[in-house]
Amino acid sequence: MLIDKFSPLEGKMLSIMDPEGNIIEKDLMPQLEDEKLLELYKMMLLTKVVDTKALQYQRQGRMLTYAPNRGQEAAQLGSIAATEERDWLVPAFRELGAWLYKGVSLEQIYLYWYGNEEGSKFPENINMLPVAVPIASQINHAAGLAMASRYKKEDAVTMAYVGDGGTSHGEFHEGMNFAAVFDAPLVVIIQNNQYAISVPRHVQTRTKTLAEKAVAYGIPGIQVDGNDIFAVYVAAKEAVERARRGEGPTLIEAVTYRLGPHTTSDDPTIYREDEEVEEWAKKDPILRFKKFLINKELWSVEQDEKEIEAYEELVNNTFKKVENSKEVPLEDIFAYQYETMTPNLVQQLEDYRQYLEGREK
Amino acid sequence: MALMNILNTINHTLDQEMERDDTIVVYGEDVGHEGGVFRATVGLQKKYGKERCFDSPLAEAGIVGTAIGMAINGLKPIVEIQFSGFILPAVNQIIGHAARMRNRSRGKYHLPMVIRAPYGGGIRALEHHSESIEAMFAHIPGLKVVIPSTPYDTKGLLLAAIRDPDPVLFLEPKRIYRAFKQEVPEEDYTIPIGKAKIVKEGKDVTVVSYGALMPQVNEAVKELEKEGISVEVIDLRTISPIDKDTIINSVKKTGRFVAVHEAVKSFSVSAELISIVNEGAFLYLEAPPTRITGFDITVPLPRGEHHHMIDSARIVAKVKEVVKF
Repeated sequence: MLIDKFSPLEGKMLSIMDPEGNIIEKDLMPQLEDEKLLELYKMMLLTKVVDTKALQYQRQGRMLTYAPNRGQEAAQLGSIAATEERDWLVPAFRELGAWLYKGVSLEQIYLYWYGNEEGSKFPENINMLPVAVPIASQINHAAGLAMASRYKKEDAVTMAYVGDGGTSHGEFHEGMNFAAVFDAPLVVIIQNNQYAISVPRHVQTRTKTLAEKAVAYGIPGIQVDGNDIFAVYVAAKEAVERARRGEGPTLIEAVTYRLGPHTTSDDPTIYREDEEVEEWAKKDPILRFKKFLINKELWSVEQDEKEIEAYEELVNNTFKKVENSKEVPLEDIFAYQYETMTPNLVQQLEDYRQYLEGREK
Repeated sequence: MALMNILNTINHTLDQEMERDDTIVVYGEDVGHEGGVFRATVGLQKKYGKERCFDSPLAEAGIVGTAIGMAINGLKPIVEIQFSGFILPAVNQIIGHAARMRNRSRGKYHLPMVIRAPYGGGIRALEHHSESIEAMFAHIPGLKVVIPSTPYDTKGLLLAAIRDPDPVLFLEPKRIYRAFKQEVPEEDYTIPIGKAKIVKEGKDVTVVSYGALMPQVNEAVKELEKEGISVEVIDLRTISPIDKDTIINSVKKTGRFVAVHEAVKSFSVSAELISIVNEGAFLYLEAPPTRITGFDITVPLPRGEHHHMIDSARIVAKVKEVVKF
């Protein structure tokens, strides 16, 4: 198994494509059709445009708090591309690329960040949980989803995401431990983007890698270059297949970097130097994938520009729709607490309606 | 019909429902092989296998958090928290997620799951084994909180909880787990969640309680009736959603109200009950609605706990005070 050859305890990290788009580990290169390569690249581009635009809208006062993804596109697309439609996606909150790949509409994603719960009501065929704001608590849900798949003898795999900061949390430990003890078909992707808001990675844990935490759960763990879509994909694919065969969970640490702020409320210049950001910008996952595709003559600078332009238009139009979306109906803020509204809820809604009607007169 | 105590009834009910519905899985600390520290799940692993009834790692957030995932993915988990005092690590999951998933996903996901936990004091236990923290959960929209007080009610309420499409915290009165037996029908029946029970009709004063204190209340009532005081006794059965109508209608009839619970006084279930009485039956009141409760203290260890626990004599004294007002 590939994962066994890259032990995080020996300081090994899986890397297939260098920042210039050259393949440095030809033997490990995944066999992906050209069509698939382009699909993934385009989705990374779309993710970038959706992300950049969201930030702009927020700065213009048109969007609420938003958590940007810029720089982490390969970690997200490379991993989710290893799953099938029937598999479960359990996000933290910064997995825009994975959500788009899973088939969640852009309109819905923007609606969520626009402050409307309808944005988390995914279509019936999309096996994905809503954003989990309490850090790492979703790992327990993911373990439970996977345990249920195993119980039902279904071959669906659960893929869950967490950040570097999330690995410090007790819920991360409990979820990993449950999944391991019960051989749950789970793959956990740590998006190690180096900072939990302002707190650097080395303050989260004494261990050299996050991947080696797998050792304590008795499961495989691997560290991959998270800005190299092929490295992420290969590791995720192996982990997914392993899980599907009933061999239990895997932990993958994707080493990446958040090029933007934690959220729109954050000022990263307080806690990191420009030089550091510039260094990481050179390792941009989209840039290196583009170089690879251009070298392979699958893509061109002109196509790139055209594609970005088309995405910008799509995104602008979609956001306009979201801006013109209706307010949340009053009934809806009461209606989903329980299957049936309790007598108290019925009365509170009725009293408030009467008050509103009285005010209008 | 069979004579059963509350604990036997829990076991019998889980067994019957697991037989009927194979999406039910039962787990928690010591729940599988041993059958639980109180033996509530004894025999279930043997009968249904380790897939359906199992020991989990010692981690409450993991127990509840995985149950949430299972419930989303088509199962009906029934998990046990060994003592309600140990539920605190799971609060992030219960309050942060279980209560919210339906609303968060606008109904795409809902959680048919039950969290069972023995609650309450009077069993001469170590610290964190005697808490009565039902109000904390009743305060949270999206949760249901149920507390039975008899074997008969235990079966009907537990079946209703398991079949409820929303998460139910099923708090078990461990002090009276084995205190008395009752005829429990073999057949399937549910008792609606959200409905209180008028245990005994009366005309002078309404006394409301629930769970482990009901035997004390019933004993006090016998004493009071000897002295000519007619007491209407209500067993809440469900803490949340609370049955306002039964309370209000009773107080409209009696004009007097006493709530009884062992949980601490401030910000408690009795505080909510008195608000309900004031909002719904104020003009019918003959005396200020009041309560007899635990003190606003940490549950004392066994050598001091008796001061904190409510006995029938204290209930008698409080009711007389209200009737004389």
